Amino acid sequence: MTADNARLPADGWGLLLDRTRPVTFSFDGASQHGFAGDVVASALMASGRHVLSRSFKYHRPRGVLTMAGHDSNAMVQIGAEPNVRGDRRKIAPGLAVISINRMGRLDFDWLAVLGLFSRFLPVGFYYKTFFRPHGAWRLFERPIRALAGLGSLDPKAHHGYYDKQHLFCDVLVVGGGSAGLNAGIAAAETGAEVLLIDEWPTPGGSLLFGRSHSGRAEAEMKRLSLLSRASRLPNLRIMSDTTVSGLFVDNWASALNNNRLYKIRAKQTVLATGGYDQPIVFTKNDLPGIMFADAAQRLMRLYGVRPGSRAVIATANRFGYDAALDLLDAGIEVAAIVDLRKSPDGSDGAAAKARGIRILPNTTVVAAKGRRHVEAVAVASILDRDRRGPSEWINCDLVLMSAGYTPAINLACHTGAKVVYDPAIAMHRAADLPAGVHVAGSVAGFWSEALAADHGGRVGRSAALAAIGRDTAPPAAAEDTTARDITHPWPITESPGGKDFIDFDEDLSTRDIVNSVHDGYDDIQLVKRYSTAGFGPSQGRHANLNTIRMVARATGRDIEKVGSTTFRPPLVPEKFGHLAGRGYEPTRLTAMHDRHLVLGARMMPAGLWMRPAYYGPKEKSAEAIVAEVRAVRTNVGIIDVSTLGGLDIRGPDAAAFVDRFYTFNFLKQPVGRTRYALLTDETGVIIDDGVACRLHDQHFYVTATTSAVDQVYRLMGFWNQHWRLDVDVANVTAAYAGINIAGPRARAVVEKLRTDIDFAASAFPYLAVRSGHLAGIPVRVLRVGFVGEAGFEIHCPSSFGGRLWDLLIEAGQSFGIKPFGVEAQRVLRLEKGHIIVGQDTDGLTNPAEAGMTWALSKTKPAYLGKRSVDMQIAKGVGRVLAGFTLPDRNAPCPKENHLVIEGGDIMGRVTSAVLSPTLNKVIGLAYLPVSRGAAGSRFQIRTDGGRTVDAEVIPMPFYDPDNKRQEM
Amino acid sequence: MKIMHCPLNGPRNIDEFVWMGDVKSAPEPTCSDREWTSYLFIEDNLAGEVDEWWLHAPSNYWFIARRNRITDKILWTRSPADYFSERKS
Repeated sequence: MTADNARLPADGWGLLLDRTRPVTFSFDGASQHGFAGDVVASALMASGRHVLSRSFKYHRPRGVLTMAGHDSNAMVQIGAEPNVRGDRRKIAPGLAVISINRMGRLDFDWLAVLGLFSRFLPVGFYYKTFFRPHGAWRLFERPIRALAGLGSLDPKAHHGYYDKQHLFCDVLVVGGGSAGLNAGIAAAETGAEVLLIDEWPTPGGSLLFGRSHSGRAEAEMKRLSLLSRASRLPNLRIMSDTTVSGLFVDNWASALNNNRLYKIRAKQTVLATGGYDQPIVFTKNDLPGIMFADAAQRLMRLYGVRPGSRAVIATANRFGYDAALDLLDAGIEVAAIVDLRKSPDGSDGAAAKARGIRILPNTTVVAAKGRRHVEAVAVASILDRDRRGPSEWINCDLVLMSAGYTPAINLACHTGAKVVYDPAIAMHRAADLPAGVHVAGSVAGFWSEALAADHGGRVGRSAALAAIGRDTAPPAAAEDTTARDITHPWPITESPGGKDFIDFDEDLSTRDIVNSVHDGYDDIQLVKRYSTAGFGPSQGRHANLNTIRMVARATGRDIEKVGSTTFRPPLVPEKFGHLAGRGYEPTRLTAMHDRHLVLGARMMPAGLWMRPAYYGPKEKSAEAIVAEVRAVRTNVGIIDVSTLGGLDIRGPDAAAFVDRFYTFNFLKQPVGRTRYALLTDETGVIIDDGVACRLHDQHFYVTATTSAVDQVYRLMGFWNQHWRLDVDVANVTAAYAGINIAGPRARAVVEKLRTDIDFAASAFPYLAVRSGHLAGIPVRVLRVGFVGEAGFEIHCPSSFGGRLWDLLIEAGQSFGIKPFGVEAQRVLRLEKGHIIVGQDTDGLTNPAEAGMTWALSKTKPAYLGKRSVDMQIAKGVGRVLAGFTLPDRNAPCPKENHLVIEGGDIMGRVTSAVLSPTLNKVIGLAYLPVSRGAAGSRFQIRTDGGRTVDAEVIPMPFYDPDNKRQEM
Repeated sequence: MKIMHCPLNGPRNIDEFVWMGDVKSAPEPTCSDREWTSYLFIEDNLAGEVDEWWLHAPSNYWFIARRNRITDKILWTRSPADYFSERKS
């Protein structure tokens, strides 16, 4: 067949083509021609190429099978994109298409030699071979992995643009065939907002390539009439070239179109998804040229391509006869139609007979012949299920199969519908659909053209009424008795020599299924996993039913009893790009963010927030941090603490609530004082700490750590549901900006601002809190330990944060005030022995282990976690968090989570460690057994590279043990 | 994605909600250590309908839902006030 002969004339053929726009692309480096609207497979077929890929295991030549993207015979690689369905991907100018799964050329694949070793590659061979002697697998694994796989991944591939869109509708109709279009139109006419989604470039389903009573023209007229009615309904939106990939609870659907993932919420869903062709199983049924009848019709009707020149059609329904008439119309010879049915309905074949086609009833194809393309098939009469009469060979280069379908109920099953086999029609159906999910058309068992259209309309109307709240009883449609004449119950002729394929993707033959059962895997779930039937890219669309039939026979069970495997989303491949879409990383910035950037801060994430780590260039980070620490200790530093959590607790029971929630005593806390607030959960584990300020009898302002405040806020809400105290809790973290100014000169700087607060040490003692104004800005000012120097933590409404920062920087200029960041803050606080909840404490840390028993109330009857804390202390804690240093001044500073090793066992671990610029030695915190936690105790830490350093426990705080400086 | 009916906010996508476990009452303060530990760490793990605490995170609203743990069907949702007053009566 030459390139010229393979195209059909434009009249009635090539609906999707635009023959005025030729397109040039390449396949395996060779230039190819086609038209706009062609897909890769149709353009290649038009040029005479029928071998499109090599099969997974045996590297057998493969060609078009479904021409609908439901198989993987036409799988190709395009650039960096693997797994492209060549029978659905449109060609474009310059497209570089590569064939897959071959070594050498597609037409001469060196690896085809594997087919000769098929006897040594039985089902489940990798469970039985390649692993003895011990270690053998390591030798075999590399080459086996190199041989496996479909396509290649380029780690340097360019990142594409993907995004997502949310859609809402009353009724979602999946499938734009006759039933779907009728459903969508009826739903819209009933008044619902309807979204109809169809995979193809234009809707119509089987009307696109099928015949209606008088022929192709009538089918096309029906299709256009439906589209015309649809276009006149403003509340019916049709999305083409879009595939619904999953259906989830409460009618939430995912759909894909190019690089966009749609997330759709519908009130009602109508699935009019049709069915998947089922193959006939016989020797070498996988040769190029052997395809489904509607694949041939698609090639001709949609792409104007002649699939062959002399055909044999094997059918068990009227569709094979329809295809025969199409072939004759296209000038293709039909050598014979073999009808698998014992006594086929004469009306099916009347037109074919009238045009002189030889029809053989009660006959099936038993074998095919050919090397890279079918050259002839053997047909034989069906004596009974397993026995065949004598064969007759018929020359042909095209074989069409139309032995039946399996309804595409996958989406219904995603939402929990059950798969039930109906022996009367030899097909499955969906049962127990959840409320709000409906099936219409052939997927629901309506195969007659008129009944399918009618059923679609009824279901669409009923779904629309349910969606707009006017429920009616579901439509009672008559059963379609013609459904018995669609699918043949046993289109299988087993081949003694293998190569009678049940699963084309996985190169599985009938005996592979039989052997799985003989190997003991007789449940359909086990057969699937052991044999890999249904695992390939087509996910068992044309393999599951025959597999179930074979298992039924091999186990002596009815097909209903064998069951079916589970359908899970996605229905079609989704790319990671689809799921990732555009990345959104919400980031929270403080009111002073731009000031930090101007000052040269290196920002770091703290939860969702950005905070300055230090100020200065990255190369000088160590020096910058040391300078910041020194400035705070000797002069004055300023830090943005806006990210710290803030909770306003107000009401008559405010004190009772704080007292019940945190471990310390708060009922009698005087107004104007702060108190350390330690939080344990019900199991007695430390989960957060902060400072509780009493601003008023009925008003506490409690701080929390940046990362835990949201959780603390939730817990407060949760526990007050139980305690039901008269209190209101507000999370005001973002409402307030916070600045801490610390160092011997801190007071001097603050006092330069116009204020109504008396900052003198006598009027504003350590641990007090004052409300007032600084330069007219309303503020709450706390005196707390923080970094161990005299200092003030100033909270103001966020909108004033920038201004307050500017004023303090300006006031501090003459003192040489220095901004400091999180790194310096950590060093300063560690020098005072302050712990970081979540770093120095873990998921089990009890207050006694962390040296916090001083923060536990001895008198109050209850606080969150009290019972458990007391129980743990009574039992005796096993470890303690101890301060340490390294006696050897030259030893390297350990890192967080370096282990304390003794006698080859883990005895503890380091939680924090730093080289202190103030003390000129390494200081840190580590968990040690209680018996080893006393000052003077020696232990060993294993640092990077396995190097061991000696450490010694020393008392805390490391710096200013009498806490004189912070109380100045 | 599932829809949950918040008593305060109406039907919302399930990803706006946080589950906080069975509704269970703490044992009396006079209970034994064993009973207390059991309350903290042992869950009934009922394979059936259970009353659970749920949070609508965007509004920080806590409420109670009755859910079938096998079918994942939510039978009803109720404000804590309604739930506890009904329990008393």
